[in-house]
Amino acid sequence: MKRATLGLAILAAILVLLPAFVRGYALSVATLILYFAYTGQAWNVMMGFAGQLSLGHSLYVGVGAYAAGALFFHYGIGPWAGLWVAILLCVLLGLLIGFLAFRFGISGVYFALLTIAFAEFTRIGFDHLDWTGASGGMFLRVTQRDTWDLANFRGPPLMYYYAMLFLTAGAFALCSFLLKSKAGYYWLAIRENEEAAQALGINTFRWKMLAVAISSAMTAIAGVFFAFYYNNLFPEQIFHISRSIEIILGPIIGGVGTLFGPILGAAVLTLLSDGITELLAALGWEMPGIKQVFYGVVLLVVIVFLPNGIWPGLARKLRL
Amino acid sequence: MAQLEVRGISKSFRGLRAVTDASFEVPQGTINALIGPNGAGKTTIFNMIAGVYPADAGAIHFEGKAIHGLRADQVCVAGIGRTFQIVKPFAGLSVLDNVVVGGLLRERSAAAARRISLDILEKLHLGPKRDLPASSLTLPDRKRLEVARALATRPKLLLLDEVMAGLRPTECDQMIEVFRGLNRSEGLTILLIEHVMRAVMALAQHIGVLHHGEVIARGTPAQIVHDPAVLECYLGEETEV
Repeated sequence: MKRATLGLAILAAILVLLPAFVRGYALSVATLILYFAYTGQAWNVMMGFAGQLSLGHSLYVGVGAYAAGALFFHYGIGPWAGLWVAILLCVLLGLLIGFLAFRFGISGVYFALLTIAFAEFTRIGFDHLDWTGASGGMFLRVTQRDTWDLANFRGPPLMYYYAMLFLTAGAFALCSFLLKSKAGYYWLAIRENEEAAQALGINTFRWKMLAVAISSAMTAIAGVFFAFYYNNLFPEQIFHISRSIEIILGPIIGGVGTLFGPILGAAVLTLLSDGITELLAALGWEMPGIKQVFYGVVLLVVIVFLPNGIWPGLARKLRL
Repeated sequence: MAQLEVRGISKSFRGLRAVTDASFEVPQGTINALIGPNGAGKTTIFNMIAGVYPADAGAIHFEGKAIHGLRADQVCVAGIGRTFQIVKPFAGLSVLDNVVVGGLLRERSAAAARRISLDILEKLHLGPKRDLPASSLTLPDRKRLEVARALATRPKLLLLDEVMAGLRPTECDQMIEVFRGLNRSEGLTILLIEHVMRAVMALAQHIGVLHHGEVIARGTPAQIVHDPAVLECYLGEETEV
C-alpha cells in the first residue's frame, strides 16, 4: 500500500512538472494521453466495473462536445454552463440505452450492438442537423491563445494540458473511491455473476443504471473538453465507431477493471503509435494506415500474451 | 402461522410440469428438508420461493406477506437467503470480497460488512482462504462460500440447495454442526434440499418428499423412513438411517 501511494505521488509530480520540460508537439501528445486515460477510465466504470460492454462511447463524447459547442457557438454561453447541459443530455441518453437494454434483458454482445446503434444513428442525425452545421461541421471561434481565460476555457496548450491532468486525476480519485464503496462491490458482483448478485439482494437494474450514468457523465466532460480544445466538430469524426474503439483500447491494453490500466494503456498506445508515425515520417516513408496496422498488432500481442492487460502483471512485478 | 407458507404452487416449463400443486409450511426456527429423486422439482420450488421465476399458480407467504411476484433481490431483502446447487461464485473476486458483497445488504459501510464477513468465514472454516480468488477454490469450498455469502445477508430463512454434495463425511459433519449452531444460537430457520441422507436425518425436524413435482409425503424423519411411498420412489427398501 505504501509503495503504491509513493508511486502515485511520483507519477503525479512528474505529470505536474512535465510542461517545464516539454512543449509544443510533445505537450499535445501528453494531453492526448491524458484524454485517452480519462475517457478510458470513464468507459472502465461501465465495462471494467459493472461488466457492461459499451462500443459506442463516442456517442457521449460527441453529444457532450456538440451540446457545449453549440451553446457557445449560437448563444455565447460559456463551457462551464454548457458542461451541465452536456452532462445532462449524455446521462439521459445513457439511461435511455440502459433502460432499453436492462429492462428487456439485452446483455453481452447485444448490449454492445445497441450502444453502437445509438452512436451510429446519432452520427447520422447530426450529419443532417443544420443547427450544428450538419456534415459540414461546426467551428468555434478561437479568439486568443496567449493568456489563460478559464471562464471561457480559452488559452495556450498548457492550460488544456493541466485541465486534462486535473480531469484524469479526478477520475482516478473518483474511481478508486467507487471501487471501495458499496457501488464498487456491487458492480463487480454483477460483472462476475448477475444471478448470484441478485440473490444477495442487489437490485441489478438500478446499479447497472448507476454505472451507465456515471460513465456517460464522465465521458460528456471529455466531450466538452474536446470541443474547446479542437474547436471544430464533424459528426463523421466525433461519432465514428473508430473513436469508440480508440477509447476502449487503452483500458483493454492496460487492464480492464483496474484503476491504472486505462492510464497505462493510453500512455503505451499513444506513445507507440505517435512514435511510429514520427519514425516513419523521419525516414521519409509514406505509409497511410500504418497506425491501424500497428494497433492491430499490439492488440494481438496483448490478447495472446497478456489477456488481462499489462497492468496486473506489472503491478505484481512492482509488488504494488 | 408458519414463517414460510407455500400454498398450491405449480410450474410448467414448455408444457413439462415440473411442480404440481405443492404445499408445505416451514415454522419459524425449525430445520426442514425437501428430498426426492432427481427431477422431482425441488430446485424449481426453491427458485419460485427465491423469486428467480414466478409460480404459474399458487401463493407463497413469508412472515405473513405475499412474496410470490417479488424479484430475487426483493426476496433476499425480505429475509430469505439462498445458495445455488450449481455454485455461482464471483470468480474474479477474493473469497472475502464474495462474502462482503452479501454483507453490504444490511451493513452501511464496507468496513462493517468486512467485519461480519470475517466472522462468517471463520465459522465456515474458510478463514485461511479469505484472500484467495474464489476461482481457485475446490468444489466443497465453493459450496461453503455459497453458504457464507448467503449468511452475510443475515437471512431469517436460509434455503440450502445441496450444499453437502461432494463433501467428505467429516466435512459433512462439520457443516451439520455449523447449521445446528446457527439454528440454535440465532434462531435461523433452514430449508434444505439434500440427497445426503446423513445430513438430512441429522438436521431436519420436518421432511417433505417430492416425486414428479408432487409432495407425496410430509412428516418427521422417523415417519418418512417408514413411509411405503417414499421407500418405493426414493429411499429404497434397504435404507438404514
